[in-house]
Amino acid sequence: MAVLNVNPTRMEMKRLQGRLKTAVRGHKLLKDKTDEMIRRFIELAQENKRLREQTEQELCAALNAFADARAVEDERVVEEAILIPSRTITLRCSKRKVMGIEVPQMQIDDNGGELYPYSFLTVTPKLDGSLRGLNAVIVKLVELAETEKTCNMLAEEIEKNKRRVNALENIMIPQLTETIKYIKMKLDENERAATVRLMKVKDIINR
Amino acid sequence: MPNKIAVIGDKDSVLAFKAVGVEVFDATTAEQAALLVKKLSVERYAVVFIAESLAEQIPETLAKAKLQTYPAVVPVPTGVKPTGFGKQGIKSDVEKAIGVDVIFNKEDKQ
Repeated sequence: MAVLNVNPTRMEMKRLQGRLKTAVRGHKLLKDKTDEMIRRFIELAQENKRLREQTEQELCAALNAFADARAVEDERVVEEAILIPSRTITLRCSKRKVMGIEVPQMQIDDNGGELYPYSFLTVTPKLDGSLRGLNAVIVKLVELAETEKTCNMLAEEIEKNKRRVNALENIMIPQLTETIKYIKMKLDENERAATVRLMKVKDIINR
Repeated sequence: MPNKIAVIGDKDSVLAFKAVGVEVFDATTAEQAALLVKKLSVERYAVVFIAESLAEQIPETLAKAKLQTYPAVVPVPTGVKPTGFGKQGIKSDVEKAIGVDVIFNKEDKQ
């Protein structure tokens, strides 16, 4: 490991020792942070997987039912029936902090409009069923979106954190230790040289 | 704060979403989908659902969208069966964070 390019003085050594102390403490903290993030991430990822499997199945079922409804009815009738929905879904969004990263938090907020914006006279009842199913799935989909986004961001953050820990562990800390050792050696050497010089001078004077 | 939901997909498969009050955007090609995702990212959309078949074709755009808090771009199945692209996303996340896929591997062994 390369020694930093510094003057081998006592002051420089003190400064580097301070930096080393901070680096070691930071390294420990970051490592603990990674551990905790991974613990939470695993929980979230499992939740994410469970939600996704469940939602995907339900969504496919609802969409299939919708396709069925379109098949039995004239396509234009179905399209016309749902052309202008009387219902709009909005979200109440906020941000939540998980391990120092901002992740989304969402809650569904519908305007309470009629789910079936058409007359029951013209349209097959199959459409009602599929829309009811889809309406239930949307809630879960939003939940899935929230979990998945949190997972994504946490994964990104864990990767970043790992890089920081590695940089500290493999570059910064060895470099500092090495440099401090180098300065100490140099100072000791100087001290020995001074002693020897003094002894020699004393010898000359005594002679 | 963003508060709207959007769905991107081909017209037939996303028509159903319109009825439940979600905003629907047509896209049949990867370019259209990528443009739409970019456009919706800067507007007040909190969640953008995108058809799996389209999401598969625009990995770069999705990767970019992952870095922001909003919107959450989520691939959803629109066909008869899920293609498994969504699960692939979870898998790659786990691999990125932990190094090995501990969640799906476990299942394979059982």
